Amino acid sequence: MSTRTAGWLFAGPALLVIALFFGLPVLAALALSLTDFDIYALADIRNLRFVGIDNYLALLQNPLFWKALGNTFYFVLVGVPLSIAASLGAALLLHAKVAKFRPFFRTALFAPVVTTVVAVAVIWRYLFHTKYGMVNWGLSSLGIEPVDWLGDPHWAMPTIILFAVWKNFGYNMIIFLAGLQAIPEDLYEAARIDGASGWKQFRHVTLPMLGPVLLLVGILTMAGYFQLFAEPYVMTQGGPLQSTVSVLYLMYEEGFKWWNLGNASAVAFLLFAIMTAFTSGLLWLARKRGVE
Amino acid sequence: MLWARLRACCVPVLLLAVLAGCARGDKDKREVVRFWAMGYEGEVVAQLIPEFERRNPGIKVDLQQMPVLSAHEKLLTAFAGDALPDVTPLGNTWIAEFAQLDALAPLDARIAATPGFDAADFYRGAWDSGVVDATTYAVPWYVETRIPFYRKDLLQAAGVEEIPASWAQWKAAMQAIKREVGPERYAILLPLNEFEPLLNLAIHDPLLRDGGRYGNFRSAGFRQTLTFYKGLFDDGLAPKIGNTAISNVWDEFGKGLFSFYISGPWNIAEFKKRLPPELAEKWGTMPLPGPTGPGASVAGGTSFVIFRKSQHKDAAWKLIAYLASPEVQIRFHGITGNLPPRRSPWSDPRLANDPYAKAFRSQLERAVPTPQVPEWERIATELRIVGELLVSGRLSVDQAAAELDRRADAILAKRRWMLDHKATELAR
Amino acid sequence: MNRTLATAIVNGLLLALAALSLFPLVWMLSVSFMQPGAASHFPPPLLPADPTLHNYRELFVRAGMGRYFANSLLISIGVTLVSVLLNTMAGYAFAKLQFAGREKMFRSLLAVMVIPGQVAMMPLFLLLKQMGLVNTYAGAMVPGLAGVFGIFLVRQYARSIPDELLDAARIDGASEWRIYWQVVLPVLKPILVTLAIFSFLGAWNDFMWPLIVLSDQSLQTLPVALASLSREHVQDNELMMAGSVVTVLPVLLLFLSLQRYYMQGLLVGSVKG
Repeated sequence: MSTRTAGWLFAGPALLVIALFFGLPVLAALALSLTDFDIYALADIRNLRFVGIDNYLALLQNPLFWKALGNTFYFVLVGVPLSIAASLGAALLLHAKVAKFRPFFRTALFAPVVTTVVAVAVIWRYLFHTKYGMVNWGLSSLGIEPVDWLGDPHWAMPTIILFAVWKNFGYNMIIFLAGLQAIPEDLYEAARIDGASGWKQFRHVTLPMLGPVLLLVGILTMAGYFQLFAEPYVMTQGGPLQSTVSVLYLMYEEGFKWWNLGNASAVAFLLFAIMTAFTSGLLWLARKRGVE
Repeated sequence: MLWARLRACCVPVLLLAVLAGCARGDKDKREVVRFWAMGYEGEVVAQLIPEFERRNPGIKVDLQQMPVLSAHEKLLTAFAGDALPDVTPLGNTWIAEFAQLDALAPLDARIAATPGFDAADFYRGAWDSGVVDATTYAVPWYVETRIPFYRKDLLQAAGVEEIPASWAQWKAAMQAIKREVGPERYAILLPLNEFEPLLNLAIHDPLLRDGGRYGNFRSAGFRQTLTFYKGLFDDGLAPKIGNTAISNVWDEFGKGLFSFYISGPWNIAEFKKRLPPELAEKWGTMPLPGPTGPGASVAGGTSFVIFRKSQHKDAAWKLIAYLASPEVQIRFHGITGNLPPRRSPWSDPRLANDPYAKAFRSQLERAVPTPQVPEWERIATELRIVGELLVSGRLSVDQAAAELDRRADAILAKRRWMLDHKATELAR
Repeated sequence: MNRTLATAIVNGLLLALAALSLFPLVWMLSVSFMQPGAASHFPPPLLPADPTLHNYRELFVRAGMGRYFANSLLISIGVTLVSVLLNTMAGYAFAKLQFAGREKMFRSLLAVMVIPGQVAMMPLFLLLKQMGLVNTYAGAMVPGLAGVFGIFLVRQYARSIPDELLDAARIDGASEWRIYWQVVLPVLKPILVTLAIFSFLGAWNDFMWPLIVLSDQSLQTLPVALASLSREHVQDNELMMAGSVVTVLPVLLLFLSLQRYYMQGLLVGSVKG
C-alpha cells in the first residue's frame, strides 16, 4: 500500500476515537446549551424546549455564576504566579552549581505531582483541621491563634491555592530545569566579565532565555488552574458560603447533581470562551514583548 | 518480537478480566436482585438478608450501600444512564420526583395479590407519601422525623425545671444553659452545612404556594422562623460551624459542647452505643418545640420502590414484602432505633417501653410531608445556602426571605411551564 | 558570595522544600498505622504510639478495597495498552507518513487540546448510554483510549527517525506495516515507555469520569471509593489515611522505578515543542 493510505490507516483509529468520543460530544454539548434539557427532558424527550441563548443570558444574570467566576479568577490570578515562582525558584536551586544530591531532591520535589488528588486532598483536609491539624499546632507553638482553614470563607480558597501549588510545582520545575540547562554557559561568562551581579545575570540572561519556556508554562498552568474541580469537591464541597465554588464545580452540580444539562453545557462553553480569551491575551502580550 | 511481547502482556490482562467477570458470581444460578440502600440503615439491613435468602433459596440479594449525601445524585445518574438497581428504599421526599420521571413501577396490583399484606396497618401519613396521582409507588420502610436530643443533667444544672414546649421557652432554657456552661461551650448544635435543622423549624408553615408553582418564603410564618433561627446564632447559643468542623458529634455531645442536637431516630442506637456508660441516664429525647407550643417536623423516612426497568420485579417484591412484615420490622427497630411505619410493631414491648422512642411517637402525629415537587431537593439546598448567608450576617431576615423566594421561583419555572402546558393540552 | 555559605543556603532551602513536599505523604503513612481515634488529639501525634494493621484490615475486609484496587488496575492497564497502540500509530503517521491534509489535521488536533475535557463529559455519558456502555469497564476506559497529548509526544519523538532508514526498507519491498513493527517501534521504545507511564498515571488518578460513569459500587476505582469513604467516614481519619496510602503507593512506586522516562517525556513534549 502507498504511504498515503498507510498514513490514514495508521492515524485512523486514534482519530476515530477522538472524533467519536470527544469531537462529537463537544458539538452535542454546544447543541445542548441551546436547549433547556433537564431531568424532565431526560424522562420524556418531548419536554425539551429550544431556548437559543437564553441559558447563556440567564447564567450571566446569575449571581452564583459570577461568584464561581470570581473564585476561579482568584484561584488563577494568585495561584498561577505563585506556582510559577515556586517552580522557577526550585529549578534555580536545583540548577545551582553548589547543589548536592540532585537526583534525590528532584525526585522528592516531584513526588506530589504523581499522587492522586483525592487521596492527597484527604490528607490536607486533616493537616488543616482546626483542632487536630498539624498546621494549627505549628502556629500555636509560635503563639498564633488557630485558623479555621477550611471553615472560614476567607481562608478556604487560600488553603486550596496552597494545596494546588504544593501538588503541581514539581511539574513545572522539571520543565524550567530543562530550560535552564539549555542556556549556554558562555552567556553567563560574558555577563560575569562585564561585572554583572547574580541578580543582574538572572534578569538579563536567564529570564530572557527562558522566555518561550515561561510562556509555555504560563499557558499550561493557567489552562490547568481554570479547570479547578477536584480540590473543592473533596475538601470543601464548594463551601463555606460557596467561597470555593469554581466554574467547573458549578458545571458539575448543574449537570450531574440536578441534570440541567442545558445549563451545564452553557457553563462549560462560557468557561472555554474565557480560557481562550485569556490564552490568546497571554500570547498577544508575549508577542508584543518579542518573546516568541 | 514486539508482537510476542504484546501478546505476553495481553494474556495476563485478559486473565484479569475473566477473573473479574467470574468474581461476580456467574456460576450462581440464583436470581440476583440488586438492592441499593443508604445510610446507617443500609449497613444494618445486611443482617436481615441471610434470613430472607434462607426463606427464598432461589434469590440472591446483591446489597450495595450508598452514602446518604450523594444518594440522590447517584440515583439520578443511574436513571440517566439506565443503570438503576431493582429495588431501593427511596427517601420519601424524592418519591414524587422519581414518579414524575416515570422511573417507578406501580405496586397496587402486587399489593392486592399478596396474601397477608395489610396495607391498612400503615400510618396514613407514611403510606400517602408513596401515593402519587392515586397510584401507589412505594411501601414505607421506616419513618423518621427530627426532634431534639438533649442533656438532662445540663438542663437541670441550669435550673430549667420543665421541658420547653414553645420557642420562647426553648430560647430561655438555652440562655440558662449558656450562662451555666460558659463561653467555650454552646446550648445547641445547628450545623450550617445541613438543611434539616432549619427545614424542620420552618415546616410548620407551607413553604410553597399555588400548587407548588411559587415559593412562599416571604410569608410571616417563615420570616418568624428565620428570626428565631438567626437569634440562636447571634446570642451565641449555637456555634457558626458545619458538621465537618465537629470531629465526632457523639463525643462532643458527651463532653457537653452542646446540650441540644436536632436529629433522627437512628441516633438513639448510636448514642446508646457510643456514649460512655456514666452518661446513660443523662440524655433523652423531647418533642420539637414550635412557635406557640409543640411544633411540626418533617415526615421523613424511606419507602421501598421497584424501578420500572427492573428485570426482576417479582423477586424484588418478595424482598419488600419480607422487609415490610411486622416481625422483621420489630427486629430492624431493635437494631437501628428507627421507627416502624405501621401500627402493629409498636405494640411490641421492646418498642412500646423504649423511653427514647416515646417522644418520636408523639412527634410523628405532628409530622408534615415536604412539598411534593420534583425540584424540592434543589430548593432545600438553596434553603441551606441562604440560611448560611443569613447566619453570617450577609443578609437580613427580610432579604433572606426575598432571596429564597427569588431562587425558588427560578427553579420552579419549568414546572410552571409544564403544568400550564398540560392544562392547555387537556383543555383542547 | 562565599561559596560555603552559598552551598549551605542552597542545600538548606532544597532540604526544606523536600521536607515540605514529602511531609504530608510520610505523615499519611504514619497515621495509617495508628490506632483508630489516635490521630484526633491535640497536639497531633507524629508517630503511631501503638502501630497496628487494623486500618488496613478494615479497608480490605469490610470496605472491600481489594476489589477497587483490582478495578483500578484493570482499567488503567486496559487504557494504557490501547492508548499506547493508537497514539503511537497516529504519532508516527503524523511524523513520517505523507498523506493529504496531514498538517491541517494536526493543527486542528492541537486546537482540540485546548478544549477542557469536562465539556464533553455529559453528552459522552448520554452517548455511552445509547451504546449500553454506562456502568461497564469499557465505558470507564473510553475517554482515555486516545489523546492529542500522546499523539503530540510521539510525533515529536518520531520526527527524529531518519527518512533514509524508512526509504531503504521500502525499497527492500517491506510493507508499511512491517516497517512500523520492525523498524520504527524499536526506535520509539523510550517514548513508548513514557507514554505508557503517562497513560497509566492518568487513568489511575482519574476521578471525575469514573465517578459519573460507574454506578455499581463493585466496579468503582480507588479514587472514587476513597472519595465516598471520605464523605461517609468523616470521623475515621486513620482508615482514610490507609485508603490514601493504598491509592497513592502504586503510582509512587511506578514513578520511582521509571522516573527517568517520565521526566524525559515531559521535556520532549514541552521544551522541544
